[in-house]
Amino acid sequence: MELETRRVGDSIVVSPRGRVDHATADAFSAALATHVAQCASGGPAIVLDMSGVDYISSVGLRALMVAAKQVKAQSGRIVIAALTPMVREVFQISRFHLVFALFDEVDAALESLQKPA
Amino acid sequence: MKVRFWGTRGSIPVSVTAPDIRAKLLAALAGAVGRSLDTPEKIADYVDRQLGFETSGTFGGHSSCVELTGDDASHVILDMGSGARPLGQHLLEKYGPDAPRTYHVFMSHLHWDHIMGFPFFGPVYVPGNRIVIHGCHAGIEEAFRRQQAEPSFPVDFSQLAADVEFRRLTPGESYAIAGLRVTPKLQLHAGDSFGYRLEAGGKCVVYSTDSEHRLDNREEREGFIEFFGGADLVIFDAMYSLFEAISVKADWGHSSNIVGVELCQAARAKTLALFHHEPAFDDTRVASVLQETRRFEEITRDGHQLEVIAAYDGLELEV
Repeated sequence: MELETRRVGDSIVVSPRGRVDHATADAFSAALATHVAQCASGGPAIVLDMSGVDYISSVGLRALMVAAKQVKAQSGRIVIAALTPMVREVFQISRFHLVFALFDEVDAALESLQKPA
Repeated sequence: MKVRFWGTRGSIPVSVTAPDIRAKLLAALAGAVGRSLDTPEKIADYVDRQLGFETSGTFGGHSSCVELTGDDASHVILDMGSGARPLGQHLLEKYGPDAPRTYHVFMSHLHWDHIMGFPFFGPVYVPGNRIVIHGCHAGIEEAFRRQQAEPSFPVDFSQLAADVEFRRLTPGESYAIAGLRVTPKLQLHAGDSFGYRLEAGGKCVVYSTDSEHRLDNREEREGFIEFFGGADLVIFDAMYSLFEAISVKADWGHSSNIVGVELCQAARAKTLALFHHEPAFDDTRVASVLQETRRFEEITRDGHQLEVIAAYDGLELEV
């Protein structure tokens, strides 16, 4: 899975597209891994722009959980922005809204990262 | 097949409390304000149709026990949690003490909440009754005998009047038992657990409780999709949210409503029964989980509509 990325200040905006399901979750994790590895104290924070993701399954959510755990262990920061309405519901039903700071828009997520954690 | 749930709660039996009853009464009376409930019929209609089940009823608190009855009048019981006590009472009232019968029990595993009802299962004290306990664990007989040994229980296993047999099954093999084709499957749980696929007359019920699902194991997922394949009813351990099941409660041996829906959708199952409810949840929370799970099924539906229900003590289904 290709992830579009762009650097904004001290953060990197990562934008997956399409479905993150049992067929694509491994590729999603692999594509995310490079950015997650660099997301440590002093490194770029990650804003995961989910506006292009129209479906996420349990295994996709697990991939996000693994990324969040790694980032936390590295003292980095990762937040999620622009969930589509359907994926936002999946986050709430699965209780994944408790795992990540969620923002309606990418700009708001970037702004939040300017503040101390 | 008729399926009747006698115990649907996970890990430990629970009871509705006085504050729970008070909250239900307050909600029911508040909802009645302004309604013309001046006849018994109107009151019954209000209770049965206008109030939610979380207010008018309860999901119950007995631990795992499910009864299957087929066309040949044989009795199949899935697990011997505390729900086995009211089941036994029901069977004694139905058949009386002078009509010996055979009961086939299939055990998911031997944890306490799944065996604790056996010493209170009335038919074990009736001479002539035959109780065949099937399972895949090597220590199944020892587990049943041990819970009735001193100092745990006043009646030793050896004093039971019924003829109790133990039969070891092999996961993956199919057996013809009590008019059913029964296939056990190994599941992920501390000390192992086993699900059962039970088929008869073109109908299929899958009992899959106390089963954790590793989301990164593709082979395991495909195995469960096959196991649930085309089932009319899947009774599924949905104790936790997905977040809990793969984080703070990973390795606790249980699954989530999300994974239940996904597996049943992929398996093209007809009905998913949420089972092994979290004992810390009151009726309102269980009803909320049901509502959310139905919504999840709706927004992720891929052309196959899955019915989602929450099992409760006393629920009867015709499959």
